[in-house]
Amino acid sequence: MIDLSRRKLIVSGLAAAAGASGLAVAAHLAQKYGLVPPDHGGIYGLGETLTYASQRVLTRHSLAREFPRNKISPRPFPNELAPLTEDFKRLQAGGFADWRLSIDGMVHQPALFSIADLKSYPPRSHITELACEEGWSYIAEWIGVPLSHVLHLVGVHPQARYVVYVSMEPDTWDSIDMADALHPQTFLCYGMNGSDLPVAHGGPLRMRLPRQVGYKNIKFITRLTVTDSLKGFGNGCGAVACEYGYAWYAGI
Amino acid sequence: MATLGSAQLPAQGSVASSVSTGPVMVLAPRHSALVRVTHWITTLCFFALLVTGIEIVISHPRFYWGETGTVLTTPLFQLPIPSSRKLVPTGYGYVLPDQNGWRRALHFEAAWIAVLTGLLYIISGLLTRHFRKDLVPSKADLSWRALLTSFAKPLRFERPSAAEASSYNGLQRLTYLFVIFVLFPLVIWSGLAMSLAFASALPWSVTLLGGRQSARTIHFFVSLALVLFLFVHVAMVCLAGFWSRTGAMITGRTGTRKEHT
Repeated sequence: MIDLSRRKLIVSGLAAAAGASGLAVAAHLAQKYGLVPPDHGGIYGLGETLTYASQRVLTRHSLAREFPRNKISPRPFPNELAPLTEDFKRLQAGGFADWRLSIDGMVHQPALFSIADLKSYPPRSHITELACEEGWSYIAEWIGVPLSHVLHLVGVHPQARYVVYVSMEPDTWDSIDMADALHPQTFLCYGMNGSDLPVAHGGPLRMRLPRQVGYKNIKFITRLTVTDSLKGFGNGCGAVACEYGYAWYAGI
Repeated sequence: MATLGSAQLPAQGSVASSVSTGPVMVLAPRHSALVRVTHWITTLCFFALLVTGIEIVISHPRFYWGETGTVLTTPLFQLPIPSSRKLVPTGYGYVLPDQNGWRRALHFEAAWIAVLTGLLYIISGLLTRHFRKDLVPSKADLSWRALLTSFAKPLRFERPSAAEASSYNGLQRLTYLFVIFVLFPLVIWSGLAMSLAFASALPWSVTLLGGRQSARTIHFFVSLALVLFLFVHVAMVCLAGFWSRTGAMITGRTGTRKEHT
């Protein structure tokens, strides 16, 4: 019995060593293939990395579930909105004609787009669920231009890894990796259920990515920055939400 | 189960079967090292998941059936607790602080550790025949009389007999198998179904459960069932002798030397 447990101990020790070196190799591969999220540090880094890496492998090209038109929620719930700024109200008074989306960073041609510019591109729509991390969800038709379309127009450098998007709301910005930025369902969204996107839902322009929870779908987008590193943005973890403890990757 | 018929030993014989080489004094481990380690990792993860799960529920203590549900739709039911969100009508005059950020992170991290630990347990349990030896009940265990006795004894606060200290009765075996192979998989499945990205890769994982909100409601009730199991489990441990049984799950020994001849 004692011999048996010693043997077991040796076997467990070897297994642990193998596991540790396996982890080291996995960490190296994960870094190489872009499977490590910017907020991988700290005590929750392990969970964040496992979730991001496994979902990136599993879902790089998968499409969010789409629904038939009769499943559209009759009363979409606009979550709480911070008080609108004076600047916003001024633009709103002008029917958002002067709203501009700027794109800079690692692009061949930095550019400015009005809402009319964005609407001039072939519109796309999908009927998908917006799900909040709190637990509630609703289905709506989201109309917009795929972010990939606009990114192709300005020409993204090959070393680009993230797109940072900034809201007109003070201190509100987030970022996504290129897999999500180039995903066909990721929209610069300007319409909802057949009309313009209501202000309560982020009009005139909202980031809409149906494979991540609500808080990644930032309202009132005014600026995009394409980058290969998130180090220079905020505290480097990729989003304001992270600074409040929320995960950068929110596919779960 | 049927294939085991001929090889089936009496319940308390199963532990001794591996050391049946003549009369020896042994300290037969009540639980293998792997069972002990995975048990306590799972315990830690369970508490982390429970606390963080409660915190997440507090941000929206309303439950729905089907695909969608918001404060603008009729819930299936609402827990009579305050919320950490202003816009949830709770009837309470105050709003609790929002702790969802780190709670979500801990929930998923604990879930990862629990799932990986569970996988290790399942694989080793199959390889070492732990399930067959220790958890699959024998035909005799499954008679109504035996099951009723197992059920009634603890209700009369009757301590288990010495023979029962080294193995489980039929009811316990069925319960453990149910928790391991039904409740845990279901809580993992319903949890994953709530992941938008996971659902994009495996849409049937949501549709089979009846929609996103149904998955959330199922996740809640399966968690409740697991908490119920935890209470009964701890009550039974207390009845059988808290320190000796907890000690057995830590050191592997029951505290009483058993003679196998």
